[in-house]
Amino acid sequence: MKLVIAIIKPFKLEEVRDALLAIGVHGMTITEVKGYGRQKGHKEIYRGAEYAVNYLPKIRIEVVVAADEADKVVETISAAAKTGQIGDGKIFVAPIDQALRIRTGEIDVDAL
Amino acid sequence: MRVALLNRALVGTGAFTVLTVAPAMAQTATKIDPADTAWMIAATALVLMMSIPGLALFYAGMVRKKNVLATMAQTFAVTALCSILWAAVGYTLAFTGDGPVIGTLQSPFLRGITMTAISPFAKTIPEALFMIYQMTFAVITVALVAGSVADRMRFSAFMWFAALWLIIVYVPIAHWVWGGGFLGTAGLLDFAGGTVVHLNAGVAGLVAAFMIGARRGYGSDNFAPYDLSLAVIGTGMLWVGWFGFNGGSALAADSRAVFAIVATHLAASTGALTWMALEWWTRGKPSVLGMISGAIAGLGTITPASGFVLPWHGIVIGLIAGLVCFWSCTWLKHACGYDDSLDVFGVHGIGGATGTFLVGVFAARAIGGTAGLLEGNGKQVLIQLYGIAATTVWSGTATFVLLKAISAFVPLRVDKQSEIEGLDVTQHGEALQ
Repeated sequence: MKLVIAIIKPFKLEEVRDALLAIGVHGMTITEVKGYGRQKGHKEIYRGAEYAVNYLPKIRIEVVVAADEADKVVETISAAAKTGQIGDGKIFVAPIDQALRIRTGEIDVDAL
Repeated sequence: MRVALLNRALVGTGAFTVLTVAPAMAQTATKIDPADTAWMIAATALVLMMSIPGLALFYAGMVRKKNVLATMAQTFAVTALCSILWAAVGYTLAFTGDGPVIGTLQSPFLRGITMTAISPFAKTIPEALFMIYQMTFAVITVALVAGSVADRMRFSAFMWFAALWLIIVYVPIAHWVWGGGFLGTAGLLDFAGGTVVHLNAGVAGLVAAFMIGARRGYGSDNFAPYDLSLAVIGTGMLWVGWFGFNGGSALAADSRAVFAIVATHLAASTGALTWMALEWWTRGKPSVLGMISGAIAGLGTITPASGFVLPWHGIVIGLIAGLVCFWSCTWLKHACGYDDSLDVFGVHGIGGATGTFLVGVFAARAIGGTAGLLEGNGKQVLIQLYGIAATTVWSGTATFVLLKAISAFVPLRVDKQSEIEGLDVTQHGEALQ
């Protein structure tokens, strides 16, 4: 099994979700996160006081899939989240040792 | 129309006299005008709404999330505390007797303010109404000061400050200007509180900001407001409430009240547009905080002038208000290095002083019975400057001494850890989730 972590632009979330649903991925966990990469933050001005906002809001998606599906999931997310502008985000893939569905006790791929 | 109504009222009271055989009472009853009374009840409610929730929202929206409730608590608690103190001693010290410096203690706890009592300062409404109308002014003035020390003042110290400042600073100045004291006698024009409310609160805020010191991280950390939409809602309530603040200061439901309201509204509008334009020009974007700051600047600045100037003067005064208050908040504050958190001095202090000066320039005999510089009465400008000086000196000095005295018993500022954690949880045991 693989854990796919994608950091994407918040407004791209629904497109990514729809694309993943279309290839049969029926669950994900999302978190509102902040961070920065090449897309730096921006400046805010309040009555003449300037503040640099260094961390931009992003959405972090976590999806666990069978190992042989990981590449397809990565491609799908990449295609759906892409705008071509700086700040589109990143995707990471990591191995997962074990999975368990709490309600039924199913394990590993059956639990996904 | 008005005459017809008056005749009917007189006929009515005549019948009343015959039926009850109580001529003294009937005579008093003719003095209380129902229209004036109705408007002043409404105006009182409008001004109270300026403090809660108007000012509470305006201020709370501009602080960081960890201090939102504490900022609201200051306005809310001041409203309750100063109302009691005003009824107990504040009103009588400000508005009874005609001593040059302070009034008398003839009506402590509203003693003697009967159903038929009338104040010499408002001859057509019940004295109890005049008392509570003035109470709402006292409340908002004290609450305004809190903006200068937001994010760091200890709640207990602020409560002591609010109570003592009301009696030692607000009450005397209200008496000087409106209660028969030396500034009113000298001919100072201050319709609704350019000196008494705005300059007074602004100077006190500046002194307090200097004494308590800048917020931890001032100039380096991000102090972006938690939720400016709250501040926009608060500003809307302040703007609407200001119709009662300035219009009510006519103390009658008459044309002067209407003219004051028109000038007020126009000044708020040009103030907002001026600040917005300046920011657009100098910073590239017209910020929401800029628009609401400009509106408040226009409102504070027109306050002393409304009721003395022509409606279109409101446009000029609002424009000047936008210019000078923008300058004081974005340049003067940074040049001098003080941390007046929510710009009480920059908006209310500078605006109040500017408006008090400008009424000396624009005053029109046709509106308030007094001419200003433009109508050939140059002396009025000097009287206005005298009023500004007297208010600044007393407010500044007394605030300094008062805070020194309080700090001998209660630390004015919360400790470092509490300031970092936020006042909501450390002062009140609550937090926004």
